[in-house]
Amino acid sequence: MTIGQNRWLPHVILILGIIVFVFPIYLTFIGSTHTAPTIARGQMPLTPGDQIVQNYEQALFSGRGERVTGTPATILLRNSTIMALTIVVGKITISLLSAFAVTFFSFPGRMFFFWMIFITLMLPVEVRMIPTYAVMANIGWIDTFAGLTIPLIASATATLLFRQFFLTIPDELVDAAQIDGAGAMRFFWSVLLPLSRTNIAALFVIMFIYGWNQYLWPLIVTTSRSRETIVIGIVKMIGSGESATDWNLIMSVAVLALLPPVIIILLMQRWFVKGLVDPEK
Amino acid sequence: MRRRTIFRDKLLPYFLLLPQLAITVVFFFWPAAQAIYQSLLLEDPFGLRSQFVWLENYQIVLSNPLYLEAARVTLVFSVLVTFFAMAPALLLAVMADQVIRGASGYRTLLVWPYAIAPALAAVLFLFVFHPSIGTIGQGLRQLGIPWDYRLNGGQALALTIFVSAWRGVSYAFIFFLAGLQSIPKTILEAATIDGATSTRRFWSVVFPLLSPTTFFLLVVTIIYSFFDTFGVIHAITQGGPGRATTTLMYRLYRDGWINLDLGGSSAQSVLLMLAVIVLTVIQFRYIERRVHY
Repeated sequence: MTIGQNRWLPHVILILGIIVFVFPIYLTFIGSTHTAPTIARGQMPLTPGDQIVQNYEQALFSGRGERVTGTPATILLRNSTIMALTIVVGKITISLLSAFAVTFFSFPGRMFFFWMIFITLMLPVEVRMIPTYAVMANIGWIDTFAGLTIPLIASATATLLFRQFFLTIPDELVDAAQIDGAGAMRFFWSVLLPLSRTNIAALFVIMFIYGWNQYLWPLIVTTSRSRETIVIGIVKMIGSGESATDWNLIMSVAVLALLPPVIIILLMQRWFVKGLVDPEK
Repeated sequence: MRRRTIFRDKLLPYFLLLPQLAITVVFFFWPAAQAIYQSLLLEDPFGLRSQFVWLENYQIVLSNPLYLEAARVTLVFSVLVTFFAMAPALLLAVMADQVIRGASGYRTLLVWPYAIAPALAAVLFLFVFHPSIGTIGQGLRQLGIPWDYRLNGGQALALTIFVSAWRGVSYAFIFFLAGLQSIPKTILEAATIDGATSTRRFWSVVFPLLSPTTFFLLVVTIIYSFFDTFGVIHAITQGGPGRATTTLMYRLYRDGWINLDLGGSSAQSVLLMLAVIVLTVIQFRYIERRVHY
């Protein structure tokens, strides 16, 4: 193709873009390898220091510094992992089941239920935060993993995506299964589920990132340190952002917080991009 | 919409739908209905009695100059976040589309910021732009710019917009790149033969063909700038200094969660709900239309 006149221009612009993306991550990593006083004096060099082992040990197992009293990152990481995985598994399971119901059955109220699920797209947690919290309080789910995850498990996006995919499955396949005497659930397990692998992988990445990065909901639903997610934990450590705080500790936790979702997106990039852009195939 | 072959079970589909519908009703519809109901009630300051007041809460909210100020901040914030997330994404996607070798490598290096939580992105940039310890924050001050987002409202707004846009670029980039790659090369070659320059080709051929993608991203990014950026504002500025970064979402959080103004915050919730409904309807009507051509 012959669009650009200049062969190097695209590379220069792309590399500049990458630098803008990588720069804050690089500085954060550097911050996690120096001592707190070095950073607080405003003299952090642009090269790694020698405090990496001490800083990460402190971040993972104690979470306490001179001024910051945080939760150990092992607990924060555990909570975020539980939250993200429960949301992923929950969303994928109930969306597979409901997409299966609205696509492969004919029953009174089918479209009504489909629209009910669809409409949840228009009710983000932000706009129903306080009444949803009240429901949690009534059930006694404040500060529990159930409260943290179950309200976020309903998924119009995943249901729509699976439905779109199920509609492309040829009728012959269903005929064949029925001739072989397979019931609905047998068809679901032995035919539909294996065929949906790619879509499940794509949704896994999208929903894992969604779950890991939740902010407002865990902020209001968790009250004790032992239930904090890592994104909440690190913002609490920052506090009002004084110059003389345990930046080395905070930056170590920041690196730990961004590693799991970034690694997942990089390893599963192919499915992730396909799931976002091209979910029908 | 309908399949020819189906399973004949009568009760099974209801059981299959049950978990999704239960969560939908308990955690979506019931709370949303509560928000609407509460928005029509006025509570006394002690929360002991409440009175049905029709739309009085809406009247109070909409005539509050602070609410209108938050609406103005939201407008500026959302327009700029949307622009600064989408424009660089389009530029990067056009560049990545022109690279013949290594395009997928570039894509890998540009998609991962999507994995970073907005609040975490805020923490990273707080460290970079901190006026006394941040590398760029100190640099700006050494250049003689009185940089301090904790005191200067304009700078605080600029920083939260920058961080929110930074986090939004990779999502738009993925869609723009996919959109560009689906444009048939023959169309571009035809334009080249007709003597169109590369700038001309972009604006009269490529950009119009990308319009469905652009429109979709516009709606999604506006919704992102309304809600997901709450984490950025909460982590860096907490709506301040003064009210410089208090968006409608942040105001809703403060009035409802911190100040416990039930009626007023419910009215604000319902107003934001209406905004999302309008945006979602526009988005899906457009996508439905796109399927046909």
